[in-house]
Amino acid sequence: MEEQWVEQVVYQRPKSLSKVPTHYCPGCTHGLIHKLIGEVIDELGIRERTIAVAPVGCSVLLYNYFELDGAEAAHGRAPAMATGLKRVQPDKIVFTYQGDGDLASIGMAEIVWAATRGENITVFFINNAIYGMTGGQMAPTSLPGQVTRSSPMGRDVEMTGMPIRMAEMLAELPGASYVVRRSVHDIRTIKESKKAIRTAFRVQMAGAGFSLVEFLSSCPTNWGLTPYQSLDWIKQNMVPYYPLGDYKVADIVKDLK
Amino acid sequence: MAPVDPLQGKELLKGNVAIAEAAIRAGLQAYFGYPITPQTELLEHMSLRMPQLGRTFLQAESEVAAINMVYGAACAGVRVMTSSSGPGISLMQEGLSYIACSEVPVVIVDIMRGGPGLGNIQPTQADYNQLTKSAGHGDFHSIVLAPSSVQEAIDFTVLAFDLAEKYRTIVFVAGDGMIGQMMEPARLPPMQKVRTTRPDWALTGAKGREKNIITSLYLGGEVLESVNQRLQAKINRIRAEEVRYEEMLTDDADILVVAFGTTGRIAKTAIREARRQGVRVGLLRPITLFPFPFAPLDELSKRVKAILVVEMSAGQMVEDVRLGVWGRVPVHFYGRTGGVVPLPGEILDQILALAGRLDEPPSGELREFVGMSVSVS
Repeated sequence: MEEQWVEQVVYQRPKSLSKVPTHYCPGCTHGLIHKLIGEVIDELGIRERTIAVAPVGCSVLLYNYFELDGAEAAHGRAPAMATGLKRVQPDKIVFTYQGDGDLASIGMAEIVWAATRGENITVFFINNAIYGMTGGQMAPTSLPGQVTRSSPMGRDVEMTGMPIRMAEMLAELPGASYVVRRSVHDIRTIKESKKAIRTAFRVQMAGAGFSLVEFLSSCPTNWGLTPYQSLDWIKQNMVPYYPLGDYKVADIVKDLK
Repeated sequence: MAPVDPLQGKELLKGNVAIAEAAIRAGLQAYFGYPITPQTELLEHMSLRMPQLGRTFLQAESEVAAINMVYGAACAGVRVMTSSSGPGISLMQEGLSYIACSEVPVVIVDIMRGGPGLGNIQPTQADYNQLTKSAGHGDFHSIVLAPSSVQEAIDFTVLAFDLAEKYRTIVFVAGDGMIGQMMEPARLPPMQKVRTTRPDWALTGAKGREKNIITSLYLGGEVLESVNQRLQAKINRIRAEEVRYEEMLTDDADILVVAFGTTGRIAKTAIREARRQGVRVGLLRPITLFPFPFAPLDELSKRVKAILVVEMSAGQMVEDVRLGVWGRVPVHFYGRTGGVVPLPGEILDQILALAGRLDEPPSGELREFVGMSVSVS
């Protein structure tokens, strides 16, 4: 019998992602994290009831890249805006996507209080240790000695304090149900990131409270490194200061099947 | 014979509580706010009533968060409001600018207090410029309704929701510590049903339709200019269609008093007394501070001999009045600041002094008196 060759689709763009090019720099891992989120939304079947809240920063145009209803928040205020969206329609899935300047500097009060209230939203926190959109200034998460456009001699922690570890800090709040840190510098960490995104959304779907996934993410342009060197820089420099792991997994989350 | 109801269906209501209950009866679905005197009873009333009715109440961590929660809920297409006083409105300005550009309907109550800075908690009208001209960065205006009684505070709150939705804009109800704190008999509106449908632009999940996006970011210059042109066209429509004001005893008036809100109400007492003393004086009371009633002011300025503007500020609305009279008549100003409410007698003295000088030959220059020490004597 003659052999039949049938072409099969083995991979395609998630339906939750729009068919448009992004503005992200080559090698930046924003696009990769977008893809992981889009895949999980597809797999959970929640696209038609999910609302994205974009930050101010590199991912300010996020709503253009997802096939979801989306809003653009003021700088740092995404958790407050998401609170408003979620409180009046608790059946929707609402997530924010925020960078380190947005979440850990100007938006510190809003994120702390969203977590404190156990707000039933999901937060994706992109930590690339720099202000990308404005061209590479010092972030609250820039590493000690890190050279940026606003710390040209390297971050002086005597003057600015130490970089802030958000996952550890937010995990201390009783209202937070699921707080973890992941990375995307190799296949293994990417796979673990996707699992965490899935868990975070499932926490919200179960009405189990505040969930946050922090990602260590690359910024080749503003770090002045190649994409490959950037992934290595995450591993060599960021992971030691920002250890990957689960910082808060409340019992209610452990019980999720 | 049926018993006589001396209140005729009215209740004795405190301004702040009356506004809160009026909003609830207008179908308010969510309230987010932060305590600040002299509006706190409004938030307190919401904290009890909204959960009772199965609606959303949340005390935010700051006015910054409150306005962004309001922004989020407004994006969902529900009736939503917040309330504050000057220092809190200042903190909300960032969010207000985003809301104005995004064109979502929002109602905000400002119960004005003495300023600048922390000031005090007594009544002023010194947020006039903030509300009518500069409620955030960029080019926009909000509708501003100024009640002069508890009844008007109720009626304008209901109206505010209708206007906010009609124009997809911010509507302020601009009271002051007097309106918020005083009690008087007033009639509440009937309870409206909470709307269950959502506008087609709302963020409700992209189910069976294209995705909706609500943003104030337009990176192309010409694109953002076209957004601005759309916003300005809307504001011009508001200017043309939504002017509200009250005139009293203006038909034969030589002197026109222009005052709004609490001051407008006090001015009425002074005007009636001046009339008893034979002075032909009338009142123009702007109800919409934006859009300002330029057309009636224009007409009146052709008939009167002098104008007296009275405000609880160092002189803010007076600038609009001067703009509106084209230098035809002298515009005088009397103001009290710092939370001091003018007595009817003070305004009467200003009117009488002005009446005594109406026959003086015109000086040929625009006569103005600025500052609280002013008088027309």
